[in-house]
Amino acid sequence: MHRTGELYGQFQTLEQQKESATLGMWIFLVTEVLFFGGMFLTYTINRHEYFTAFGVGSNTLDIKLGTINTAVLILSSLTMAMAVWSAQVGKKALVTGFLIATLALGSVFLGIKVVEYKQKFDHHLVPGRNFDVWYHSEHPLPSDDPKEIAAEREELEKATSSQNPKYDPDVNSHAQLYFSLYFAMTGLHALHMIVGAGLLIWLIKVSLSARFTPQYNNPVEIVGLYWHFVDIVWIYLFPLLYLIDRHR
Amino acid sequence: MAEHSEHSEHIVSPKVYIVIFLALIVGTTLTVWAAFRNFGPFNIVIALGIATTKATLVVLYFMHARYSPKRTQLVIVCAVFWLAIMLGLTLSDYQTRRPSMSRLVPPAALCRG
Repeated sequence: MHRTGELYGQFQTLEQQKESATLGMWIFLVTEVLFFGGMFLTYTINRHEYFTAFGVGSNTLDIKLGTINTAVLILSSLTMAMAVWSAQVGKKALVTGFLIATLALGSVFLGIKVVEYKQKFDHHLVPGRNFDVWYHSEHPLPSDDPKEIAAEREELEKATSSQNPKYDPDVNSHAQLYFSLYFAMTGLHALHMIVGAGLLIWLIKVSLSARFTPQYNNPVEIVGLYWHFVDIVWIYLFPLLYLIDRHR
Repeated sequence: MAEHSEHSEHIVSPKVYIVIFLALIVGTTLTVWAAFRNFGPFNIVIALGIATTKATLVVLYFMHARYSPKRTQLVIVCAVFWLAIMLGLTLSDYQTRRPSMSRLVPPAALCRG
């Protein structure tokens, strides 16, 4: 392809090239909105039908880790935005610095997610043959807070007691539905984070050769768009998965 | 923006980014706080309201939608519009159907209730 410096042959100006690149990224993000939208729709319908079981499932999630992860991801969006700014004003060393910070924060997010997933495996809350929503309250670990175990037990009994107007006689299979959605949605989100981390590593490599300038910084800008989109997905996932029926 | 061919690009200052970041952190704190209070049917309305405000801030400032050409803004509006069609029409279908879904699905054999 014919190319003059950073300008590809099919464009007349760098600005036109940049507008085309961001427009293309936005159109990709529209398809992503609808892709995640399908999952949110499935979630909404099932939550409406099995509200009690979804509340039970949601209350087993670790709200501290979830809140920390939300803050970590928002902070990574800030460092990503700052990387774009650094490229626009030509501070080349800062571009690399902010990209590395974004990658580090993204990795912290994924690390915390691993800890949360492991907890779910330990508590038999992974959908499949061994799924048992009662397991954790019946087999608490010595390190568990007995008050929390008692509260969990009480909530399960309340959810299945016929005195409760919203009782669910089959809370185990409906909570399993909640966890299927939990793993599908957070897993898909984590997969997007891993792709984003890969893109960041590539950007860091390119930025080390000082290629991003105020005239040419499309890659930083459009990876930024993708990264912020993944942040938005989490902004919705956090209240929908972690914060159902928390007031007791 | 008609003048975008002369005017190269709008650079959002770090100050704006930091203000938006702080607003997002406040929103997160607020949504966690609200989840532990009983607002009846409004809990979900509050949670989604805060999430949508946060998402709007990210799109407008972090993703520069506010300073983008009209063409890009149209693409963003389309995304929201199509999502609204998908959610709105499907949910109105579920809302107007009887019997409800839970009564159509037989209870699983592994019920421990």
